[in-house]
Amino acid sequence: MTFVRRTWAVVWKDVLVERRSKETVNAVLFFSVLLLFVFEFTLGGDRERLITVLPGLLWLGVLLAGLLGLGRSFVLERENDCWEALLLTPGDKGAIYVGKLVGNLLLMALVETVVLGLFTLFMNVDIGRAMPGLLAVLALGTLGIAAVGTLFGAMTAHVRARELLFPVLLLPVLVPVLLGIVKSTEALLAGEALGSVSHWLQLLVAADVIYVVAGLLTFDVLLEG
Amino acid sequence: MTRWLGVVAAIGLIAGLVMAFGVAPREVTQGNVQRIMYVHVPAVWVAYLAFVAVFVASIAYLWTRAAGADRVAHAAAEVGVVFLGVNIATGAIWGKPTWGTWWTWDARLTSVAIVFVIFVGYMLVRQMTDDPERGARFAAVVGIVGTLNIPLVHFSVYWWRTLHQPPTFMKPGPAAASSSIRAALLVNFAGLLLLGTYFIAKRYALLRAQHEATA
Amino acid sequence: MTGLTTPDSLIQVSGLRKVFGATLVLDGVDLVVRAGETVGLLGPNGTGKTTLLKILATVARPTRGEARIAGHDCAREAEAVRKVVGLVAHGTHLYDDLTALENLTFWRRLAGQRPDADALRAALAEVELDDCADLRVRTFSAGMKRRLSLARLLVSRPRVLLLDEPFSSLDQRARKWLEQYLQGFTARGGAILMATHAFGRELDVVDRFVILANGRIILDAPRGTLGGDEIHRLYALHTEEVS
Repeated sequence: MTFVRRTWAVVWKDVLVERRSKETVNAVLFFSVLLLFVFEFTLGGDRERLITVLPGLLWLGVLLAGLLGLGRSFVLERENDCWEALLLTPGDKGAIYVGKLVGNLLLMALVETVVLGLFTLFMNVDIGRAMPGLLAVLALGTLGIAAVGTLFGAMTAHVRARELLFPVLLLPVLVPVLLGIVKSTEALLAGEALGSVSHWLQLLVAADVIYVVAGLLTFDVLLEG
Repeated sequence: MTRWLGVVAAIGLIAGLVMAFGVAPREVTQGNVQRIMYVHVPAVWVAYLAFVAVFVASIAYLWTRAAGADRVAHAAAEVGVVFLGVNIATGAIWGKPTWGTWWTWDARLTSVAIVFVIFVGYMLVRQMTDDPERGARFAAVVGIVGTLNIPLVHFSVYWWRTLHQPPTFMKPGPAAASSSIRAALLVNFAGLLLLGTYFIAKRYALLRAQHEATA
Repeated sequence: MTGLTTPDSLIQVSGLRKVFGATLVLDGVDLVVRAGETVGLLGPNGTGKTTLLKILATVARPTRGEARIAGHDCAREAEAVRKVVGLVAHGTHLYDDLTALENLTFWRRLAGQRPDADALRAALAEVELDDCADLRVRTFSAGMKRRLSLARLLVSRPRVLLLDEPFSSLDQRARKWLEQYLQGFTARGGAILMATHAFGRELDVVDRFVILANGRIILDAPRGTLGGDEIHRLYALHTEEVS
């Protein structure tokens, strides 16, 4: 299928470029580690309080680090003057959106692994009992964040104050997704069953569907010069 | 045409005031300050209708690239934001004497605040994009995603607030309301809706005049 | 003066207007380029040459009027146009961190084709970049990057070429190669619209001269009817009127 081939082209290219330039991944990972320290210094005094806000902190860390990476999704295209060429290449531009989305999912997965790992080590969080439900929550939530992030990233690549407009647009739209994943994580870490958060999961699925479909349908409009 | 709309809107607003102060009953515990509800509640209804207009106009714009559709979306979004602002402000004014606080993170206020910020973002996108045609396209995408997000915001915030917490103390609207309260709400809704439509029409005309002046 | 559109008109522009915000860039442009023709688009910088090319390449949309490539409307049938058009403009459309071969592979795959490494290497050999095939583009000179952009054309084989100063940053050998390629291209039935603001040797490949000034076409004449000096004089005359 040409759609898959074209999507793969974008993913392959981004992974290759990232492996060689190491620009985004290094910065994002380093930032995640720094955040951990910041959280500890600002909130770490009271162990009890820290435990209660932990799900929120976890996701706050992922979101902030993710913002860095997502905002840069299309900067590569701009810097290399390839934006036009992406538009000019014949074929459904939705494949470019999905390709970028997959790349962003990989980045977010990396960030989440690091953040979760660090939290488990340094803040003594027991994620074992939250698994495997936590993986479902992670997957659904990350897809939502990346879907809107990729779409708005394409938009803000051409705006003057990109670093400012991107979070301003993204964060309010992501509130439902954020609530969904924090609340679900909270319940799962407290040992509750996955079924108890099924309504949140349904919300996440609905959000994911809406965002990905909207992205597929409107992406070529954003590519136009 | 627009002038007639304005006149009818003015009549509607006056009728609304009459209903709110004359016909509707005085609330027992809160007193007259509760009458602000007759602006507070219909304002958010009008705002959400405006956002539906943004949604439809944005899709129409992306489909047809007709400048008129873009102007409708632009005008409706601005009016929607203004009316949400009115809702938030009147909510604060109502809240302070009644419950002693300007703001509370209850489901309604929070949802409205989030939608407010989303559509302020809509306006920022237009402002911060150098090429106006591109800005229109970007705004259309934000408008579509933003409006689709509204139900998600409402459900998520409502569940967040009510599932492990006592229900909100801000009564959304009289559930078992007397007919005069309902009537007052409806009249005010009609008045505000006419006003909103009038504003949208005026704003549309202004945008069109601006465009024609430079073309 | 532009001639009637005939079945072999590969580029058709009529009544084209483009407004950017408050600036009128193109003010009613009519142009026809037939199969086998190379049209040189002359004009000072900023007069809309690049905009015209962008509209034809479907990168930008006209405010009013029509632009067609091979019969397809550039605004409404953009995907069909993209299949047959090749654009070589200021942007190199190359990723610095990828090698020459990887760049070609990427664009090929993105176009939905299965990249044939041999064919790609052959294309690189044609532009004399075969020994740099596995070097990163970051290390290339401007001329090498331009040659690599041209190699993309060899692979995608368009029917219409839209060129914006294609000879810039090319050395003698590369210029000769490009001239031959362009001549071969039109001999095979393609059409070329080439924008340039210089009056150098690049105009040797051109069959027809079109001068764009102030957003309008003020001259459209075949090579034979006017001498080089005459064209130069007209050009200077009209572009001096343009402040």
